[in-house]
Amino acid sequence: MKIRKILELTKGKIVNDYDDLDREVKGGCGADLMSDVLASIQPEAVLLTGLCNPQVVRTAVMADVAAIIMVRGKKVPQATIDLANEEQIPLILSPCGMFELCGVLYNAGLPCFEKPISEDECICDE
Amino acid sequence: MSPTNPSRTTVITDQVAESITRVEELGYEIKVREVMTEKVKCLNPTMTMRETVEMFRQEMISGAPVVTEAGKLVGVVSMEDLIHCLCKSDLDATVEKYMTPDPISVHEYEPVVEALKTFVNSKVGRLVVLNLEGDLAGILTKGDITRGFLKALQRDYENEELRKYRARHLFEDINSDRTSLILRYTIKAGDFTHGGQASSNIKRALLRLGASPQLARRVGIAVYEAEINLIIHTNEGGIIRAEIEPHRISIRVFDNGPGIENVELAMQPGYSTATEEIRELGFGAGMGLTNIARCVDNMALESVPGSGTRLRMKFFLDEESVGEGLSRNKETS
Repeated sequence: MKIRKILELTKGKIVNDYDDLDREVKGGCGADLMSDVLASIQPEAVLLTGLCNPQVVRTAVMADVAAIIMVRGKKVPQATIDLANEEQIPLILSPCGMFELCGVLYNAGLPCFEKPISEDECICDE
Repeated sequence: MSPTNPSRTTVITDQVAESITRVEELGYEIKVREVMTEKVKCLNPTMTMRETVEMFRQEMISGAPVVTEAGKLVGVVSMEDLIHCLCKSDLDATVEKYMTPDPISVHEYEPVVEALKTFVNSKVGRLVVLNLEGDLAGILTKGDITRGFLKALQRDYENEELRKYRARHLFEDINSDRTSLILRYTIKAGDFTHGGQASSNIKRALLRLGASPQLARRVGIAVYEAEINLIIHTNEGGIIRAEIEPHRISIRVFDNGPGIENVELAMQPGYSTATEEIRELGFGAGMGLTNIARCVDNMALESVPGSGTRLRMKFFLDEESVGEGLSRNKETS
């Protein structure tokens, strides 16, 4: 899915200097825990998050994230924008909430890029 | 040039500086003399315009400076001057009669951007280039500038290719019994603003050295978690030391305290001693060490409460994670 399409679906806008709207995003992942992102996300996904500190961008770089969506239209700190410019990652600000955005993108055909946790790590059956 | 092109009078803010393109930079870096045409064909003021036409045709040029016997520059003849003369069927007149006197000139040591401004303001097609003594040094057309820029860009490109090539062949070109590259980073406690910089730099270095994106990602994530741990949990921060060898990457992270009370407990997924403030930043979920374990081939965590913590991580380069430069070495450690 192209960034252009994501902007349209999320009613979002790019808040940093980034203009390659034809960049392809292959899947999606939603998380507020950066460790969850690092543990589960597959490369070239869009990351939906409620956080907007610069560490989100650092995490995105480490995890080869293609784009970041910051949900619920928060004010994004300049330090975050600066880092996103430096790393050339699009920062999308959307007015909608996390649940709605994940649903909208998933329904539009964007696959889930969260790796399931392995069985020995899961404690659900204990 | 684009409207963001800074002139001498405008203050260049960081924001403007960022949007300056490489070509615009070149305008300031390259001097007129580097791109001008030297050894130009000159006319003499006493020559006829007929001779001028003949010379233009033979030399396939569309303009030339006019220089006296004594070597003094007195004007230029352009196509426009020639048309002027042809309209009056006055080809037997002297060059002096139809030349444009006092030609617009630039200095050979001026940056190209000054010449570009002159082109824009004067609408002429060719500038006379003068040397320090004020004598003719050459001619400058917009075509000369374009050619000069293209050459400079080509040079830039070749340099970057060379840099990449050198990085990739680092381990092949240097002979020793055991070659390694060591990167060290000092991490300050509580410094969230720069958190992740060291791991970004290590990841980038690995990619430059030819590591596969998968390997660079695993190393990046593991070091990032360790870096965040130094920022969150130490008294004074710590050191990250990454040693890159052709067959493995060894990373050591160490600090001087406070140390971990129960290492086994700390390794359990979900166990965390982080404060609420840190959790609000998206960290401290107790998954850091678990994530590290997932990414590395080998890890060892030792801690003495009150004295400090040492984390060692190893990544072995196998066939699938090897890029062009970091190649497998069959030797085992």
